[in-house]
Amino acid sequence: MTGGALLQALTLAIPYVFAAMAGVVSERSGVVNIALEGLLLGGAFGAAVGAIVLGPWAAVPCGMAAGVALSMVHAGVSVGLRADHVVVGLGVNLLASGLTRFGLVALFDSAANSPRVPGDGAGPLADPMLLGAILVVAGTHGLLTRTTFGLRLRATGESPEAVRSVGVDPSRVRVAALALAGALGGLGGAALTLENRQFTAEMSAGRGYIALAAVIIGRWRPVPAAAACLAFAVADAVQIELQLTIVAYKQFVQMLPYVLTLALVCGLVGKSRAPSALGRHEA
Amino acid sequence: MSEATTATRGRVADALMGPAIGLAAAILVGNLLTIAVGASPLRVWSLLLAGTWGSAYGIGQVLFKATPLALAGLSVSIGLRAGLFNVGAEGQLVAGALATAVVGAALPPGTPAVLAVSLAIAGGVAAGAAVGAVPGVLKARFGAHEVIGTIMLNFVVLAFVQWLVLPERLGLPETQNTASVVDAARIPRLSAWIPSLAGSSASFAVVGVVLAAAGVHAFFKRSRVGWELGVLGISPTAAAAGGIDKGRATILAMALAGGVAGLASMGTVLGFRGYFEVGFSSGVGFMGIAVAMLGRTHPAGVLAAALLFGTLSQGALAIHAVVPKELVDVLQAVVVLAVVGASSDVVTGRST
Repeated sequence: MTGGALLQALTLAIPYVFAAMAGVVSERSGVVNIALEGLLLGGAFGAAVGAIVLGPWAAVPCGMAAGVALSMVHAGVSVGLRADHVVVGLGVNLLASGLTRFGLVALFDSAANSPRVPGDGAGPLADPMLLGAILVVAGTHGLLTRTTFGLRLRATGESPEAVRSVGVDPSRVRVAALALAGALGGLGGAALTLENRQFTAEMSAGRGYIALAAVIIGRWRPVPAAAACLAFAVADAVQIELQLTIVAYKQFVQMLPYVLTLALVCGLVGKSRAPSALGRHEA
Repeated sequence: MSEATTATRGRVADALMGPAIGLAAAILVGNLLTIAVGASPLRVWSLLLAGTWGSAYGIGQVLFKATPLALAGLSVSIGLRAGLFNVGAEGQLVAGALATAVVGAALPPGTPAVLAVSLAIAGGVAAGAAVGAVPGVLKARFGAHEVIGTIMLNFVVLAFVQWLVLPERLGLPETQNTASVVDAARIPRLSAWIPSLAGSSASFAVVGVVLAAAGVHAFFKRSRVGWELGVLGISPTAAAAGGIDKGRATILAMALAGGVAGLASMGTVLGFRGYFEVGFSSGVGFMGIAVAMLGRTHPAGVLAAALLFGTLSQGALAIHAVVPKELVDVLQAVVVLAVVGASSDVVTGRST
């Protein structure tokens, strides 16, 4: 593996890491988050619209706002209406896919991609998003382990009833966790758009599901989940290198994250334990 | 009026509540987005209806689009009725489609049509059932939740199918297609009997859909195994107390759901294209979840829901002149969210 591929892996890891932190925050509060894919896609579109309509400064805030908006739809249906988290997540993904493609045609008159977004060509090591990703992992870890909100969030994921019994509303904790997850997922989408210099239809391309796999493999903890993201990004970079030489086996490299996740949830690679109240509403 | 009829009427009203809210929400969001792009909602809805139910050709196309949606919806509903969430219909459907095409192409040209079609379909069912059984086994044997199992397996199957369809294996050179099936394995177009459907892609696969729905209904209502799966879905505790082998029932339900998903592309592969192409399904398996939810997991409801989604999908082409056709994708998502929000009876706690 060349140095160039290693640097490329760091860049590829950025959207995974943001989405995985969104997944950790939401799932530790007990909300299953299949919608990471939609958050990335919505964030990427929001960032493109912001950068093109308002200017380069608006890419990140608009991406995050789009992520939060989608995540609030998730919260309204999954927490507010107590609906099944998995179906809501799939619904949010469909909504993000539909709205972004509708928006592409309505705003930019194209079914495929947005115009190019303004921005400079920073190399991977000078990329502010890389620094941002590292800070977000540290921040998520600190939030979960060192703050009152983090304690309440984790407690809600284990037993919403216990949280209620000490006078805290678990639904509000989950809505707050989803808002934060939306911002993080949207940030990951903004990173995608800024890296590619434009929005392309369906550009999240399964990255949200890879991030979900990383959350499970990292056992719902920020630093191990980020490490899993980095490992998957290295596999991506290797695959991009391999494609030039051995085309025939790239599909097996693509399967890696999913096969690993399957092995883990089957208990074949150590033990995994999800938050006890994951996917469960307050009784 | 007897109390029993009143109760039935109440249940039916309850069951229709979610879909009614879903439709209302879709119409509301559709109107808002249409006005946002400066078009007239009334014009959009009338174009959508005229382009679908307004002509024999349109109806044929709706039936063609509803075919895989209905079967994917039946697959998901089988899982849900046994208390299992099959998010893997997409992978099962693609594996089934590939197997159908490969078997159909491998048959000797002189095979009688009935036998050829049956064998090709059986290949698809077997492949879908095999893919479906895997997450069932992982759950029964290792306790891995089927939601994670099916989501992850989807990606594994899609990558594996891509590898299989490379030209050095099953694919034709320079394409992502398999070879065409023999003529005997093709399902005839409906237009052979109903000439006014000429030009539409609807085939006799729609008859297969109705038979499959009736079969699923009879399975849950009349067979002992189906009854056991239903008990497992309503109360795992009761199932255990009644001596039902939970592991065996889980594997069986997932294999059955996979088998029905493996049927889903018979209309596309045998009734339309005649071959398998990578990426042809584009999310039909996931839409099956929406169809099953909207149809409240009842076979008749699933057929109705598939017709609605088929109408939206075909109607997209008709409205494109005044509003981006992607509008219908938004509407489908709105229906899913509104229906799941209105009906809190399907809940899959995930604890793995």
